[in-house]
Amino acid sequence: MTDVQTGQEGASSSGVDPAVADGSGATAGSAVADGQVATGGSAVADGQVATGGSAATGANGTAPDVVSGPGPGSVSGPDSVADAPILLQVEHLVVEFGSGKRRVHAVSDVSFEIREGETLGLVGESGCGKSTTGRAIVQVEVPTSGSVRFDGTELTRLSKKELRRIRTRIQMIFQDPISSLNPRRQIKDIVAEPLAIWGRGTKEERAEKVRAALESVGIDPETAGDRRPGEFSGGQCQRISIARALMSEPKLLICDEPVSALDVSIQAQILNLLADLKASFGLTMVFIAHDLAVVKNVSDRVAVMYLGKLCEVTGADQLYRAPAHPYTEALLASIPDPDPDRGAVATALSGELPSPLDPPSGCRFRTRCPHAQAVCAEVEPPLEDVAPGHQVACHFPLVNGTRIQRPVPAAATAATAS
Amino acid sequence: MSLRRRSSGRLEFPDVEDLVDPLLVVKDLHTSFRTSRGTIRAVDGVSLTVDRGRTLGVVGESGSGKTVLSRSIMGLLPTREVVRSGSVQFSGYQLEAMPEAQLRQVWGAQLSMIFQDPMTALNPVVRIGRQITESLRLHLRMDRAEAKATAVSLLSSVGIPSPEERLRWYPFQLSGGMRQRVMIAIALACSPRLVLADEPTTGLDVTVQAQILDLLADLQRERHMAMLLVTHDLGVVANRADEIAVMYAGRVVERAPARALFTHTKMPYTRALMDSIPRLANPSHTRLQAIAGRPPDLVNSPKGCKFAPRCPYVQQKCIDTEPPLRSAGSPDHLFACWFPLVDGRPSGLPTPEAKSDRTPEVQSR
Repeated sequence: MTDVQTGQEGASSSGVDPAVADGSGATAGSAVADGQVATGGSAVADGQVATGGSAATGANGTAPDVVSGPGPGSVSGPDSVADAPILLQVEHLVVEFGSGKRRVHAVSDVSFEIREGETLGLVGESGCGKSTTGRAIVQVEVPTSGSVRFDGTELTRLSKKELRRIRTRIQMIFQDPISSLNPRRQIKDIVAEPLAIWGRGTKEERAEKVRAALESVGIDPETAGDRRPGEFSGGQCQRISIARALMSEPKLLICDEPVSALDVSIQAQILNLLADLKASFGLTMVFIAHDLAVVKNVSDRVAVMYLGKLCEVTGADQLYRAPAHPYTEALLASIPDPDPDRGAVATALSGELPSPLDPPSGCRFRTRCPHAQAVCAEVEPPLEDVAPGHQVACHFPLVNGTRIQRPVPAAATAATAS
Repeated sequence: MSLRRRSSGRLEFPDVEDLVDPLLVVKDLHTSFRTSRGTIRAVDGVSLTVDRGRTLGVVGESGSGKTVLSRSIMGLLPTREVVRSGSVQFSGYQLEAMPEAQLRQVWGAQLSMIFQDPMTALNPVVRIGRQITESLRLHLRMDRAEAKATAVSLLSSVGIPSPEERLRWYPFQLSGGMRQRVMIAIALACSPRLVLADEPTTGLDVTVQAQILDLLADLQRERHMAMLLVTHDLGVVANRADEIAVMYAGRVVERAPARALFTHTKMPYTRALMDSIPRLANPSHTRLQAIAGRPPDLVNSPKGCKFAPRCPYVQQKCIDTEPPLRSAGSPDHLFACWFPLVDGRPSGLPTPEAKSDRTPEVQSR
């Protein structure tokens, strides 16, 4: 993937894609598809990024051989991310399963936004709704209510046909790499499928793109193309899944626990690979994981989830430096650190996640919270700023090392009463 | 009742306090699997000892042979197409020569195992109460009521709320963390002297992992139980093991007291494993030091040092000759490397400029 030349100034996601240079027919197809869905919205978005001075950042970006015009992927520093347009806006997202008394409150009123080129980490224990949130973005799980706006398009109101089209630009990577690949198909067919479904390019062009994609994830297309998933290790299968996800040139990549099934040594390889691909393909990512150390490594911002609610949203470094929510503190303390001097963990979380069938009143974390008081059971703490860009949903957040008491919002009291 | 069936010879186990030798002595253990591709040497000459009440951490990537090692110690491998040699001495008995009828007296009672995946290790159609009381009734010959009372106290000691009620539950009704606690309760039911914990927390949330590891440490202290803690995560064993053995390609490549392993790492492989872990203390987007390549194929493993193809400091000598497990300086710190790290740099290199880049002929292997 050395001699990449991008000729199109305004083509959105194809900006720095090495595969595109090889198959010009496919590029035209994707540009049309983009235009149909987003009606010029993405072209405008790119223009904004370019004027934000990111073309200069792109020149010294991580992919050295990419001769590129304006590309959202070149946005790397935190400042340029903050200026980038919002790519994904999730508002008051609610996902519930079942009905009546057997209603599982998987995601309850979650709102966040992701800017172009940004990586948002979603972290929490299993059962906290982080995967459901990821799946609800792609509309695999149909939200009960709320809005998901991707690049100007409201996804919750799209028809099935329109959804299928827009999903080419939002791709997912799953936790279990082996079971997410069809064991009976050859690798080259698995990776080519996103293009085959849409009839993009000729067979030869597709084969060429498959080669490029496999090479970009570090799999040798010569030896691997004819083999089947069972012949590969977990780490290699995850690379193949990533190659497949990149085939349709997505703007948004949703990674659902992509490394939790892998060994630490392989995990590091995959995390580095994702960082490289993000830079060279101009991806925006939602990174879902339960390990805060992993999430911190890849994310610009981190959202901590507990039992279907967001507890804390802030910059990755800020979250570690100054966790304000007691749950975040507990998560941080639970991570095994390879340091024999660190000693025993002081604040390991006790108890289990309460049932999402009947979540606790008020603050959902109060049943396990060491600082819980009467008000926590009565009034649900809203997600509000404790500092610029640092939101916490807690009545007693830790601010600058001291636990403060926030005024109980009158509106929230009324809401819970009604 | 089939549970009651037992072989004639009853084994006598001396009191742990009276043991002169270490509790577990494994000498030159080899386990190979014959397959159509050739012989897979999964465990290839491992020697280790575990003293009573101590914890030995066994760390390695998947495919390094750590699980086969723990199963070989237990004697829990199929006999067909498996070649085993070497000696496993436990509490004065040679386990490798023991007929299965006698091994059944050891399993669960003296030596037990916590398996990685509690969903497949527990019987899905048997209530957890019966799965816990089974060994109590068999080994300790408790009557029903006594066994049930013990099971209740076991479940509460592993932190399961309302244990009396949970005895009647089936495994599928429990969460992953709870199932793992049940597994631990079963393994500890008869107060064994040694527990082999094979990735006891892999697949669990970090918060639950911390709880389970703390629980194991507490129970271990209470019962003077020794433990072999097998994991791929150095972070898990860092402050929970007394001694750590790092495995690679079926061999122990470094073995040292936990502190020394971290402070005076000798093997480049151990160093690389440590460096590949994302640290919370590092700022976000810190590039991880991934280990390039993959563990070797155990059918046709390289003839020299097995780590040579991935080692950043590889020399011709490493490719030609396999380094023995040896010590330098402190006798309890063993390593298998020709050019062990000293202060993070390899020592004794023949050419100073060949320090950081791998030689081309190795890359092509």
